[in-house]
Amino acid sequence: MQSIIDGFTNAFRLIIHLNPELLRIILLSLQVSGTALVLATLLGVPAGAGLALRRIPLKGLVIIGLNVGMGLPPVVAGLFLYLFLSRSGPLGCFGLLYSPTAMIMAQTILAFPIVASIAHAAIVGVDPVIRQAALTLGATPFQESLTVIQEARYSIMAGVLAGLGRVMAEVGAIIIVGGNIAGYTRVMTTTIALETDKGNFELAIALGLILLTISLAVTMALRFFQRLGKTEAGENLWA
Amino acid sequence: MGLELEISGISKNYNGAAILRDCSFAFEAGRTYALQGPNGSGKSTLWRILALLEKPDQGLVRYRQNGRVLPMDLDLRRRITLVLPRTGIFNATVFKNVAYGLKIRGVSRAEIDARVNEVLAVVGLDRKKFQRAGELSSGETKRLGIARAMTIEPEVLFLDEPTANIDPANTEIIEDLILKMRQESKTTILLITHDPAQAERLGDQLLFMRAGQLLAA
Repeated sequence: MQSIIDGFTNAFRLIIHLNPELLRIILLSLQVSGTALVLATLLGVPAGAGLALRRIPLKGLVIIGLNVGMGLPPVVAGLFLYLFLSRSGPLGCFGLLYSPTAMIMAQTILAFPIVASIAHAAIVGVDPVIRQAALTLGATPFQESLTVIQEARYSIMAGVLAGLGRVMAEVGAIIIVGGNIAGYTRVMTTTIALETDKGNFELAIALGLILLTISLAVTMALRFFQRLGKTEAGENLWA
Repeated sequence: MGLELEISGISKNYNGAAILRDCSFAFEAGRTYALQGPNGSGKSTLWRILALLEKPDQGLVRYRQNGRVLPMDLDLRRRITLVLPRTGIFNATVFKNVAYGLKIRGVSRAEIDARVNEVLAVVGLDRKKFQRAGELSSGETKRLGIARAMTIEPEVLFLDEPTANIDPANTEIIEDLILKMRQESKTTILLITHDPAQAERLGDQLLFMRAGQLLAA
């Protein structure tokens, strides 16, 4: 029990004193996950919109593929990306293995199906009368699509936050392709795994508390957007 | 010279059932037509086809100006509009809803402000312009739909049951708006209504739908 109390006390000390190593790890985590999330959003929202609004061959299969991708085990994603990025792999010539870029790629692969699937479901859920209203007012097909995406914005935002939750908590893929190199590819989750293994609990607990805080913030933001969507786009909208 | 609309031999089927059968008519520019008919007789389908939202299975829809048939392009689509029976308001303020048609046409901010404020005053929603459109009453929502159409100053305006399910006060306001448009602009108005008295009040010519066939009075 004393070791737990000591662990928490030292962890709080690290946070309060803004320990440089702690800050560097948090910053890299946010940089990697943030970049991955931006990429997943830039790719996932148009992909979800395209599936929802356009006639695409094998659409059903693509949607099933995305839904399967939502539950893709991170270690499997990491393994396949490792095979592609390793020296003998098709992308080996770029020398990306064990770099933050490889970690961003891994997390983008994990977040993309979540963002795309939720964006697809959100856009399909927009009342068809919205599309018709846009058309009757003279919208081009592109403007019509933008209007529908805008109507689904709160649900899409929830999808992006769900993607953020997935990548921030992820450890399996980035440890495989990032290598957990101190000061270069070591992020919050991989540090927690390593430090726990070494019995070095204060840094692990400090990072765990930071992760929990981020998770709480993501959950609250998710609830906020869901409630905003319900009150603004709910039943009273179509009165 | 305004837009003239002519249809010939329009037919439409849904799931094997004939909704429209060989509908033909010539609509003159600047007149108001009131279409009546029982539910399911094909009125809304015909209006959607004429407003270029749907294609007929058979027959032709032709818009003419100065005797020339116009191509069915975006330019033509932007000269006509249909106010849907369910307005389909955007999740935004009343002002943004009414400004939508001008915004997608690339009209300047100053022009949008002036035009939208003017139309909102005409339809009596100027005091609610910063309110979320979803908070409006049924009657106000119908007026919002008409305001959106008025803002873009269409040459042909289709109205699909503009006063259905609203109170007499709002019905009167909407009828006055339609009469005002009829008198002050050269807009051709094509109106669907279930109220024979309203059809008489607003229409220059009455039309009827019976089992998918269009009949003129």
